[in-house]
Amino acid sequence: MLEVQNLHTYYGNIHALRGISLTVDEGEIVTLIGANGAGKTTTLNTISGLLKPREGRVLLEGEEITDLPPHEIVKRGVVQAPEGRRIFARMTVMENLEIAAYTRTDKEGIRLDMERVFDLFPRLAERRNQLGGTLSGGEQQMLAIGRALMGKPRVLLLDEPSMGLAPLLVEEIFETIQQLNSEEGVTILLVEQNALMALSVAHRGYVLETGEVVLEGSAKELRENPDVRRAYLGGI
Amino acid sequence: MQQRLRMELTGTQIALWLIGGGLLAMVLIGSVRTLAVGKYTSKQWLDFIVFGLAQGGIYALIALGYTMVYGILGMINFAHGEIFMSGPMIGYFFAIRMARSGFVDRQPILSLLIVLAVAMITSTTIAVLLERVAYRPLRGAPRLVPLITAIGASFFLQYLFRGLFGADVKVYPDWDILSGKVPILGVQILKTQLVVIIAAVLLMAGLYTFIQRTKMGKAVRAVAEDRAAAALMGIDVDRTIAVSFALGGLMAGAGGLLYALLFKQVFFLMGFVPGIKAFTAAVLGGIGNVPGAMLGGMFLGIFESIGPNLFLDGLGIPAPYQLKDVIAFTMLVMVLIFRPTGILGERLATKRA
Ligand SMILES: Nc1ncnc2c1ncn2[C@@H]1O[C@H](COP(=O)(O)OP(=O)(O)OP(=O)(O)O)[C@@H](O)[C@H]1O
Ligand SMILES: [Mg+2]
Repeated sequence: MLEVQNLHTYYGNIHALRGISLTVDEGEIVTLIGANGAGKTTTLNTISGLLKPREGRVLLEGEEITDLPPHEIVKRGVVQAPEGRRIFARMTVMENLEIAAYTRTDKEGIRLDMERVFDLFPRLAERRNQLGGTLSGGEQQMLAIGRALMGKPRVLLLDEPSMGLAPLLVEEIFETIQQLNSEEGVTILLVEQNALMALSVAHRGYVLETGEVVLEGSAKELRENPDVRRAYLGGI
Repeated sequence: MQQRLRMELTGTQIALWLIGGGLLAMVLIGSVRTLAVGKYTSKQWLDFIVFGLAQGGIYALIALGYTMVYGILGMINFAHGEIFMSGPMIGYFFAIRMARSGFVDRQPILSLLIVLAVAMITSTTIAVLLERVAYRPLRGAPRLVPLITAIGASFFLQYLFRGLFGADVKVYPDWDILSGKVPILGVQILKTQLVVIIAAVLLMAGLYTFIQRTKMGKAVRAVAEDRAAAALMGIDVDRTIAVSFALGGLMAGAGGLLYALLFKQVFFLMGFVPGIKAFTAAVLGGIGNVPGAMLGGMFLGIFESIGPNLFLDGLGIPAPYQLKDVIAFTMLVMVLIFRPTGILGERLATKRA
């Protein structure tokens, strides 16, 4: 469904992605793990069109989307919940959700999706008129995922949804991710520091190191790989 | 070395506070003396305030354009005064033709609305073109580059209008329905000033509602807050930036026509001083803050209108009204020194973080 071919992305002279290739098939959860600075966020932002690669292509269902502006990519169903949540602090919860449906014109569908988000995260429903900046970290993460859902994703890009959350909340978030995938058929590309959690929900995974894919395989294979265990799963 | 630096710093600060305190004392002493002498009647004070509101409404309308562009691009659009000038300049040719043909007398309200529309459309077109041609290609360039471009654009527009329409002062025709006074709560108020105040308030309310309630207005706020995140939500950032320029142009063009009704004349340099005053108003209210620009404009308008008579007069300064520009710019400097975030502004650091 989503195919990334040989991406080379630069920040000025910094060569951040050195030929990343990966695929995400329809209905899959694929995870991207790797140490800080490996290039995970850069990969997602290149897919989303915020960064333009110097080389390489991004294909959605075989169609090239590399040169499209970000809003066109969202319109085609590739939606990202960015790292650090990036909630609009001076807009209310409702406004944050409304704005995330910007590309859509189906009023009824938008209303239903908003209800779905509030069903998924009842805590957001209670705070619908509260400003985004006043939410707790966990609530902001719920809102970030909720916003991504409002964009009607076919492929959902999640950048570290567990960052800074208490263990109980992390589990709640991951359950939601799995539910979105299995019940609603959303294809998911999940970037995570928490490799253990990520590999427990994902079907397949890629390991990134300094801008390159160093390992790929099914989640089970990666979980059992000794190098992965040592580097990312904390011990043997 | 460290300690010496710190001492110098406090030294400058003490000096600044002394200057600030001295100015405040002058204002207070001047005001008390003027009021004690009783030179102006309460009727006259009221006139000053009403004029201040009318003038402040115009400042506020212009200030909105500065503040929205700053909020969304972090850039001061120094050509905004010329965007303001362009509307009533083009509007003039429509007004004068309609006045000569008698249309103004037959259809005073309709003709006024036509000139208003022409002014708003002209200023909006110029604002959007300017963004498209001069600023958009520079997005991502160091901040100084668009700033210098804006100053260049400002001169370009001034001399374009001078070249096209001449350097002479053009006198707007009179609308009979705007001459004379109306009694309000027992006080006689000049009709023109009243209309200017009402129109400015309506326009501001309209803009505020647009930004708060409509989808496009929310997109403007989202892009101002976090451009990349807004793009990830599917907002067309370039188009939204153009919309914010257009909104600034609409308000400036309307403000320009109100200015022409209030002061009766327009010419190619007319945007310069009101432009800087409105910029002062935007800084005063907290640049980037929409209600702040409205508040700052109104405040500056009133302050400038009553200030010379209130405290300069009391200090025995001859011809105090000539010094009203000094008041505005002294205020700009004082705000920048003592409260750079303005009345409603938040700290820039937290906003940009
Ligand atoms: N805006 C930027 N300017 C310059 N270099 C950058 C920028 N953003 C990222 N980089 C560099 O690109 C490389 C990849 O960064 P990226 O943010 O993609 O890593 P990441 O895998 O998401 O890390 P983390 O787990 O810490 O989020 C790093 O070396 C980083 O320093
Ligand atoms: Mg990252």
